[in-house]
Amino acid sequence: MSDPILQLSGVKTDIAQYHILHGVDLTVPRGQVTMLLGRNGAGKTTTLRSIMGLWRPRAGSIHFDGTDIAGLAPPQIAQRGIGFVPEDMGIFADLTVEENLILAAISGPIRRDRLDWVFRAFPALSTFWKMPAGNLSGGQKQMLAIARAVIEKRGLYLIDEPSKGLAPAIVSTMARALKDLKSDGASILMVEQNFSLARALGDHAAVMDEGRIVWTGAMAELAADAALQERLMGLKMEVA
Amino acid sequence: MTLSTEHAPEHAPKMARLSLSERLQPWLPVLLVPALVLAGYLMISSPSSWLTLTVSGLAMGMMIFVIASGMTLVFGLMDVINFGHGAFVSFGAFVGVSVLLVLSGMTGAPSLLLNLLAVGAAMLAAMAVTGVLGLGFERIIVRPVYGSHLKQILVTMGGLIVAEQLIHVIWGGEEIFIGRPEMLKGSVTVFGATLEKYRLVAVGLGLVLFVIMRAVLRNTKLGLIVRAGVENPEMVQAMGYHIRRVFVLVFVAGSALAGLGGVMWALYQEMITAHMGMEIMILVFIVVIIGGLGSVEGCFIGALLVGLMQNYTAFLEPKLALISNIALMVAILMWRPQGMMPVIKAK
Repeated sequence: MSDPILQLSGVKTDIAQYHILHGVDLTVPRGQVTMLLGRNGAGKTTTLRSIMGLWRPRAGSIHFDGTDIAGLAPPQIAQRGIGFVPEDMGIFADLTVEENLILAAISGPIRRDRLDWVFRAFPALSTFWKMPAGNLSGGQKQMLAIARAVIEKRGLYLIDEPSKGLAPAIVSTMARALKDLKSDGASILMVEQNFSLARALGDHAAVMDEGRIVWTGAMAELAADAALQERLMGLKMEVA
Repeated sequence: MTLSTEHAPEHAPKMARLSLSERLQPWLPVLLVPALVLAGYLMISSPSSWLTLTVSGLAMGMMIFVIASGMTLVFGLMDVINFGHGAFVSFGAFVGVSVLLVLSGMTGAPSLLLNLLAVGAAMLAAMAVTGVLGLGFERIIVRPVYGSHLKQILVTMGGLIVAEQLIHVIWGGEEIFIGRPEMLKGSVTVFGATLEKYRLVAVGLGLVLFVIMRAVLRNTKLGLIVRAGVENPEMVQAMGYHIRRVFVLVFVAGSALAGLGGVMWALYQEMITAHMGMEIMILVFIVVIIGGLGSVEGCFIGALLVGLMQNYTAFLEPKLALISNIALMVAILMWRPQGMMPVIKAK
């Protein structure tokens, strides 16, 4: 495995009186796509939110690019170069598509080349550029959520279920955009329930269960082994 | 940047032209103001009285807007119910009136420039003092009770009582009467209607403040952060912005605006008391609620409706004046339960 951009060691996170993460150990290699898989309630979203500082870990360390970011506030973590696409997309409905992207460009004006890429990947965003984001369809909102994360180059992208609730045609649009991002050498940690998408994009996989990582390895290895999938995730997936 | 894509997605958005009623839908609250003005015209037999009452209602509405605008943003941005907002109105009025009394030579001179300079100085002093008070109020009173509405109501109400008592200590327990500056006294006659000069100035000042506030919220990055923060503060933080710092800034600005509104209200009523802030808070709450929590545009329209309704009803049926705005609130909430222009909050 290449040089890691993100390393979690023994991360424990509580939400109110519930222990959600029971010591997560995870390594995300630089320049590759790591899929975080597992049953509902396994702790995948909590892991991403803990990395972002939105739920502060009770114990453990989170090293991003060599620095421990556990305990930092979300803005400090984002400013270090982590882009976040939450499960609910986090779109600002009252702001236009343009305003959403201006806000996402935290270091200054939007760079032309990044905007060109966004428009090529998601033409709907240029069509509805001046429209309130709340008027977009579900698929267009997801496009905007990803566009906001990639409008500036970040060291790591955390993407939580980008295909959730989307029609197949839009999922394939999303997949192509994410493949382009991957071919640009982006480091991505993605939660995904759509196994076909996970298999198409992922270099590595980490499977969670009951707040812990229970398996890590190559995505291809997991995709090829139906018995392993059933044991780890309780479901028999389509085998490549 | 080496990203490239040759793929045009299959997903092609279908566009259909909106019908007239769909296009008018977002503007309906805005149309309420001319509708109310027209209703007033039809119900008040004398056009000159109608014009006088309309200007008076607009002036009152503008002052309420200045006071309420900061409060609605504080409410929307951090979900903080600040019953102590009225304290800044009272403090602003007392500071402003004190400055005007000191500058009585300027206010008494028959020079519009000197009069406006004195009023400007009073407003700036009031805004500076209430801004600093707001900073202390947020740090000492509001910050420990984030996330708990009941505690916020109790603690900020306590803060309001303390502030009123401080005014009694500093300025005494009696009301203070303040005359308007020389050139702002009296009225002008337009189309046979008598329009008080000060009310025209208040309308102009309120409009200018609304335009500035809207420009800041629409055209600056700080404005975008505030608008986005009202909707989803967590996401704003995850994008790299310190929402707490923005909130403090908004709280201070809102307090300063309340102080400015206090000076305007003092010159409108020509008398100030320590509890004037608490009294006006009823109208302020109505405006914030019917406008839609966190919406500056909604707050502006709500304030104009409240001001006009109060003046028209007081003329037509004085006994109903007290309940007219409550009735307005009930009617608007039955039509739009989240206010006229609600900000869509993230779950």
